Amino acid sequence: MKKLLEVKDLVIKFALRTGEVTATNGVSFTLKKGERLGLVGESGAGKSVTGFSIINLISKPGYIAAGKVDFLGEDLAKIGDEKMRSIRGNRISMIFQDPMMTLNPVLTIGTQMTETLHQHNPQMGKEEARNIALDKLRKVYIPSPEKRLDQYPHEFSGGMRQRIIIAIALLTDPELIIADEPTTALDVTIQAEIMELLIELCETEDMGLILITHDLAVVGQVTQNIAVMYAGSVVEKGPTAQVIAEPQHPYTQGLIAALPQSSRHGERLNQIPGMMPTLKDIPPGCAFNPRCNQVMDICKTETPGLRPGKNGNLAACHLYPPGQEEQG
Amino acid sequence: MSTHGKFKDSFLWYSFKRDKIAIASLLVLVVLIFISVFAPLIAPYNPYDPEMIDIMNSEIPPVWEDGGEKAFLLGTDSQGRDMLSTMIYGMRISIIIGLGAVALQAVLGVLIGLFAGYHGGRLDAFFMRAADVQLSFSYLMVAIFMSAILQAIVGVARFGEIAVPFLILVIGFSQWPQYARTVRGSVLAERKKEYVEAARVAGFTSARIILKQIFPNTLSPILVLSTIQVANAVMSEAALSFLGLGMPIDRPSLGSLINSGFEYIFSGAWWITALPGLLLVILVLSINMLGDFLRDVFNPKLYKG
Repeated sequence: MKKLLEVKDLVIKFALRTGEVTATNGVSFTLKKGERLGLVGESGAGKSVTGFSIINLISKPGYIAAGKVDFLGEDLAKIGDEKMRSIRGNRISMIFQDPMMTLNPVLTIGTQMTETLHQHNPQMGKEEARNIALDKLRKVYIPSPEKRLDQYPHEFSGGMRQRIIIAIALLTDPELIIADEPTTALDVTIQAEIMELLIELCETEDMGLILITHDLAVVGQVTQNIAVMYAGSVVEKGPTAQVIAEPQHPYTQGLIAALPQSSRHGERLNQIPGMMPTLKDIPPGCAFNPRCNQVMDICKTETPGLRPGKNGNLAACHLYPPGQEEQG
Repeated sequence: MSTHGKFKDSFLWYSFKRDKIAIASLLVLVVLIFISVFAPLIAPYNPYDPEMIDIMNSEIPPVWEDGGEKAFLLGTDSQGRDMLSTMIYGMRISIIIGLGAVALQAVLGVLIGLFAGYHGGRLDAFFMRAADVQLSFSYLMVAIFMSAILQAIVGVARFGEIAVPFLILVIGFSQWPQYARTVRGSVLAERKKEYVEAARVAGFTSARIILKQIFPNTLSPILVLSTIQVANAVMSEAALSFLGLGMPIDRPSLGSLINSGFEYIFSGAWWITALPGLLLVILVLSINMLGDFLRDVFNPKLYKG
């Protein structure tokens, strides 16, 4: 299948007053057309900043120090502001965590939707914009959209608002949607509905999806592939089912073991000891080595590259022979 | 749902119906504005028409005083003009200048506040320091300078013709920082909210984000400030005219009327000063009361109690 997005060796740095901090250190992944990829990791692993870097919107003092973001042949890391704006929100849309906050409280849903359309297509008539908005609201199953279009965000429930945000993201028929923790602020039943909706839309509209989350259960339902991030690097990637069933990297193993399971009723939950290092003092060698339960001497000095694990998943770990190493 | 229906369901309307002071102020204000708008139809005389003025009628007291005449309900001033008509026309000028000056302040201040607040950095620093400098000048001083220069350029005789736009400019320019600061404050709070981020992510230009997304969210403080500023502008105009820097005596505003009567107050002709003064108080008070009401509705945290 055709390649939609390729992020290669992406290095994002933040120029702070106290010195430079590396937020992501050589992140690479690819996304085929219509593919759904999960970007998983703890808070501060660099998931969101990777997401924002794709649309070239890292807030200052952050910047892309190296690497490229190849979107259908164009390097978004180097493209100009004007051109980027025609891609951002048009061919790549983004969905945020909190649907209570992402809609403008004083504008009707209709206004917010038609505004987005007009930004990207100033010639579009009012009637046409309204019809497109109605069509997208129907796609996300908002009942009686004609009436809903003239209502304000506070007249909707949380789940409805997230549907509307998805509808806004769909307005311009994007090729890629980046969803940054889209269901964290919703309750579990609504989460499932929203996820099913996202899968359905990706399939019918042939859209790529990057799902940024800390919730492995959510990723397991939705995506075909997973990239696990730790302290600014991808430590494991592979097909979702395989990563969850047979995690190769000790970090991923720890994450999966930490999931509550009904078969272990009454037992204490597993946890990975320690905390993720802050970006300022990432330990030398493998960043995970102080918390790793299979740590070796080499881990403390040499940073492992991504290499195939036992089942073919790529894992950045010295447990596996460095064979055909792939930089990542 | 129609806009009308929405308004009837709104909290604004709900609180308004329960606030007697607000209802009374709005009523007074509407009557005063109605009278000003239709001044030529309502006023018994045209105070601008020299043919209608007879110097022999000067200083006639109001009708309820000894020597009052039915033809001049509120008496006449020192030139024999009917006080009632002159006050109606004067109020009209005061309101025009008040609204005009506030419109100018608002446009300037809101735009500066929006862009300075959103972009921050040097632009922000420049305009906010300019605002500080502006506020440390008394508007009276600015007005004295400017009117002196203008009168020298166009001549005292023709100054009367440009007095209205001149006063709008002086009062408008001297008060823009009020708006700029208020708006900047709300923009600083708004721009960190996620809907702004979402708009940026959606590829909106910053001008579009500022004007179409953030601006509507700053409207309620602007509305509240505007009522107070209209009252202030009317008072400023009165003060300038009282000092002889504003409207000339042949086209008096309330302020210049108060001024013209001031010289006669000791000869017993109190009404020339007191009546326009009373009207000014009623006008400003009703606007301020309405402003108080709006402030309470839109920003309950600032509640007086």
